[in-house]
Amino acid sequence: MGKMLRRLSRLVLLTVAVALALAIGPRVAQAHPHVWITATSELLYAADGSVTGVRHAWTFDDMFSTYALQGMESKTRGVYTHEELAPLAQTNVESLKEFGYFTFAKADGKKQKFEEPVDYFLEFKDGLLTLHFTLPLKTPVKSKELALEVFDPTFFVDFKFADKEPVRLVGAPATCQISFHRPNDGSARAQTLGEQNFMNGENSNFGAMFANKIAVACP
Amino acid sequence: MRWASRQKASPDLARALTICVLAMVAIWAVDGATHVMLAQSPFGGPRPSAEPQAALQVGGIVGWLLAKQSEFYREISSAIRAAKTDGHAVWTLLAISFVYGIFHAAGPGHGKAVISSYLVANQETARRGIVLSFASALLQSLVAVVVVAIGAWLLNATAKTMCGAEKTIEIASYALIAAFGARLVWTKGASFIRALQAEPSASPLALAGAATHDHSGHGSGHHHHHGHGHDHHGHAHSHVDHDHVHDEHCGHSHGPLPDELAGPGGWRRGFGTIFAVGLRPCSGAILVLVFALAQGLFWAGIAATFVMGLGTAITVAAIAVMAVSAKDLARRLSGAREGGGALFMRGVEFAAAGLVLLFGVGLLFGYLAAERVTCF
Repeated sequence: MGKMLRRLSRLVLLTVAVALALAIGPRVAQAHPHVWITATSELLYAADGSVTGVRHAWTFDDMFSTYALQGMESKTRGVYTHEELAPLAQTNVESLKEFGYFTFAKADGKKQKFEEPVDYFLEFKDGLLTLHFTLPLKTPVKSKELALEVFDPTFFVDFKFADKEPVRLVGAPATCQISFHRPNDGSARAQTLGEQNFMNGENSNFGAMFANKIAVACP
Repeated sequence: MRWASRQKASPDLARALTICVLAMVAIWAVDGATHVMLAQSPFGGPRPSAEPQAALQVGGIVGWLLAKQSEFYREISSAIRAAKTDGHAVWTLLAISFVYGIFHAAGPGHGKAVISSYLVANQETARRGIVLSFASALLQSLVAVVVVAIGAWLLNATAKTMCGAEKTIEIASYALIAAFGARLVWTKGASFIRALQAEPSASPLALAGAATHDHSGHGSGHHHHHGHGHDHHGHAHSHVDHDHVHDEHCGHSHGPLPDELAGPGGWRRGFGTIFAVGLRPCSGAILVLVFALAQGLFWAGIAATFVMGLGTAITVAAIAVMAVSAKDLARRLSGAREGGGALFMRGVEFAAAGLVLLFGVGLLFGYLAAERVTCF
């Protein structure tokens, strides 16, 4: 009888494992890009050497650009002016709020908050939409080490920074050094994702692995 | 044995209630944990730094699937463009969509987890699991086509409007899953409690009786659950749950018995599940359809969507069959100890029912992030 009980308890364990795997399933699946963004970012500095905000230019992939333009009126077919796209840009920045604009900043290890975007507009060129917007920091900050990450924690959006000049400093003190780390190339980095990754609670925020990391050191 | 369980009813009931409460606590604990885990979003939680990277090198099946599906998805748009000028490119489009669907179903939604849990909870057969998987994938494709056909093609609505519609459908779908889960938990909880009550009364005589019963019921094949695969037409009660130590005698006060759940009427319930699951269209399909429409190749987009659904169905069905087989195996092995086996299986079903409820509630309240509806 004791043997059978042991067997039974093993079975219970097995079932629990299967159930857990099923429960975790939906989370595994978060890594699931449907939107690809090619980004460039500028870090804006004030005259006193403090960072005031980030200016992004995000170009959407053709499928998403087409989708976003669905039902938009334009005077000339296939041409959309900034004015015609203004309501869409408005929707974009409003919706992005929920996701923290996919932009996460730390100054000397301290998390920084952003204000609502300003100077936002959409540009339509070669069938692609580019969203321009500026995120002002709630409080401009002077820091030795500034870390900025751009990514979607749920990996619905795949952020890839432009090959040329992905990140620029605007008005920064001359001593400031920029370093930029992109996640490995799309396929390669996704392949490093293992099941382990999803099972491990510490790594539950696995989208961070897709983070583009910008660091600015101003000694 | 029935009488024995009757006499013991009051202490057993207390025990059953205790266990039921414990199960509920466990479910809520898991729920809470899920919440906390997911709350560690960019807004609050710590992010893994470089060191998890090392651990990630292990086992890359999931990673590989994700990489592949991204690759195929990105090829869909170029295939649609190519199809504008080259008719043959449509075949390429369909081939890519099919493969994409297979890989894609490793992703969220598509009801893998919900369908699998439902099958386990409801003692369904693998065959029925396959049918349900295909039906839900078909419905999912159909909903995507209808949303885009009405929204974009007929009304020329904006993406924002369509997204609103998608969100409404999504909420309805999750609410249905939750309602379904609640119903399953209710009925499965009742069976579980009955099994608990019956457990201590499993005398040698009862064991012998159950064993004979078991053999007669399952002699024709191990692939079937409690004889579902057998011909139902002749005998309405051919699918009586043989592992169950007691019978309908004590069922009246506790809602439907498992055999009532899993009979011919089970199909209707099954389709309830696929309706709940399949109602929610896949964001990818919507994007592909709108893109195809804009390229003047709506029909190609529709074809691609259905082929994608076919691919999805294959993966979901495979996972569903695995879940059912795992449960079959567990049932067979646990059958070695009759009374406990029945209790164990009722427990598994109850847990699976709990999972369906958990998925529904989790999705509804955003604890579980499924595929996001594209609204920006």
